[in-house]
Amino acid sequence: MTAILCVLEQRDGALRKVSHEVLAAGRRLADGMGATVDALVFGTGAVAGTDALGAAGADRVLTATHADFARYSPDGCATTIAGVAGNYAVIVFPATATGKDLAPRAAAKLGVACASDVTDLAIEGGKVVAVRPIYGGKVLQRVRLNGSPAVLSVRPNVFPPVAAGKAGTVEPISVPAFTARAVVKEVKAPAQATLDVSEAAIVVSGGRGLKEAQHFKLLEDLAAALGNAAVGASRAVVDAGWVDHATQVGQTGKTVSPSLYVAVGISGAIQHLAGMRTSKVIVAINRDRDAPIFKVADYGIVGDLFEVVPRLTEEIRKIRSE
Amino acid sequence: MKIAVCLKRVPDTTAKITIGPDGKSIDEAGVKFVANPYDEYAVEEALKLKEAAGSGETVVVCVGTDASQETMRGMLAMGIDRGVLLQVDARGADSFGVAQALADELKTGGYDLVLFGKLAVDDYQHQVGPIVAELLGWPCITTVAHLKVADGSAEAEREIEGGVEVVTCSLPAVLTCDKGLNTPRLAKLQGIMAAKKKPLEVKPVSLAAAGVEVLSLALPPERAAGRIVGEGADAVPELVRLLRAEAKVI
Repeated sequence: MTAILCVLEQRDGALRKVSHEVLAAGRRLADGMGATVDALVFGTGAVAGTDALGAAGADRVLTATHADFARYSPDGCATTIAGVAGNYAVIVFPATATGKDLAPRAAAKLGVACASDVTDLAIEGGKVVAVRPIYGGKVLQRVRLNGSPAVLSVRPNVFPPVAAGKAGTVEPISVPAFTARAVVKEVKAPAQATLDVSEAAIVVSGGRGLKEAQHFKLLEDLAAALGNAAVGASRAVVDAGWVDHATQVGQTGKTVSPSLYVAVGISGAIQHLAGMRTSKVIVAINRDRDAPIFKVADYGIVGDLFEVVPRLTEEIRKIRSE
Repeated sequence: MKIAVCLKRVPDTTAKITIGPDGKSIDEAGVKFVANPYDEYAVEEALKLKEAAGSGETVVVCVGTDASQETMRGMLAMGIDRGVLLQVDARGADSFGVAQALADELKTGGYDLVLFGKLAVDDYQHQVGPIVAELLGWPCITTVAHLKVADGSAEAEREIEGGVEVVTCSLPAVLTCDKGLNTPRLAKLQGIMAAKKKPLEVKPVSLAAAGVEVLSLALPPERAAGRIVGEGADAVPELVRLLRAEAKVI
């Protein structure tokens, strides 16, 4: 029977949310080609949530256990995947920081290229056909994966988790001998716990209209009031050194698809719009009624952000406390 | 220290992209092409590492059409010593094909480091660096935002969601460079003049057929026209009501 391998992601012994999205993507392909879905979990021992993967779409859960898997092991994971790849028609990764590192390594070991950061998937004529945003989202590229296996990574926040009462039988697999050529020796937590813009359900982004770095505090307050929100930024303010480059949204930053994107004091340069136009709902707050950002915004407020944003924070706090 | 920087020539990020008549590639008419912005971090890092080592050689290697020579000269103007263009007739191979051509060129070069940008801002694959590393059998660290190289090894920091990984490896190694690693220098007039005389070797190569085959390109759907809810802070309650009752996102 044809089978699909979904490579899941865990950190500190617990599955990350994106793992269920990878399974959802795998399930969609499996249902289109009459295949089964195996979920692969790396760890040093039991990983929390593994037993519930049947409900999320896994016919079988494979656990690869090794002392090196306390942190991400690029060479260990790629070697393990290559070892079992012969059993699979398709291998699906998350297009996270780790998945974008791992997928091409595994694909290279199999002598194929990978389709990265896929946002839509189908089976056509027995082959995987994927849609991927390119040019930072300015263009959608449809590709057919002719390689065997087909290797792809799926963008976070795009494939909603599915409820599928599959067996989810857990089976350990052996980890082949590997040379750890690159070793993650430490994971540093940021000074304050922040959500990544690429994964947050809500993104509040600021641009030059904020005038000074310290005014990003207004956005942090709004994000805190909203909850499950990350603070993003335009290229102009990242290049000015106001905020860390990791927060940049756009063609030379991150592409985001949150359920709500709030653009504050951002005019909407073409390369910024490319990175956030797939957000489900866009709100723009800007003084300039003619700013391009209003052309993509579902809801706009024309006005002084220094008055509008604090009021918005206050109103959100009010409804959150109801 | 001998360092290769792999370069891709791409449309400028400010360019408006339209789709060409074949439906599979972009219309290049009127589009300004530049060095992939992330590759400039790789160039700067290569120059800094060579300067710190006090000796060595930096080489820019590019898979591209003849037009890439101009972009490569820009890197030579920044200070790279020489260039190798792996010349192809047209674009269209997949990441694996490009990586194979690069690995074939790099494997005999005696390099200590091969640097890439973390991704190319045209096809957004994030792949060629790690595939080259696998083909060479070298260690690889991707999306490097901080780097120390000493005594034949590298220690790099790379951003992950909600944290930073500190990764070590021995040389030779492949590294892909992220924004934040450095601030690329601007070419000076003297460098631009010198670049004209620096060696740029052209080697025709043929790439394997793409396994990831482009079927078509499309522009993303236009977003439906939105509305201005109102002006100033007084419009906020209505905005909040719409976000709750209509959009249902808060």
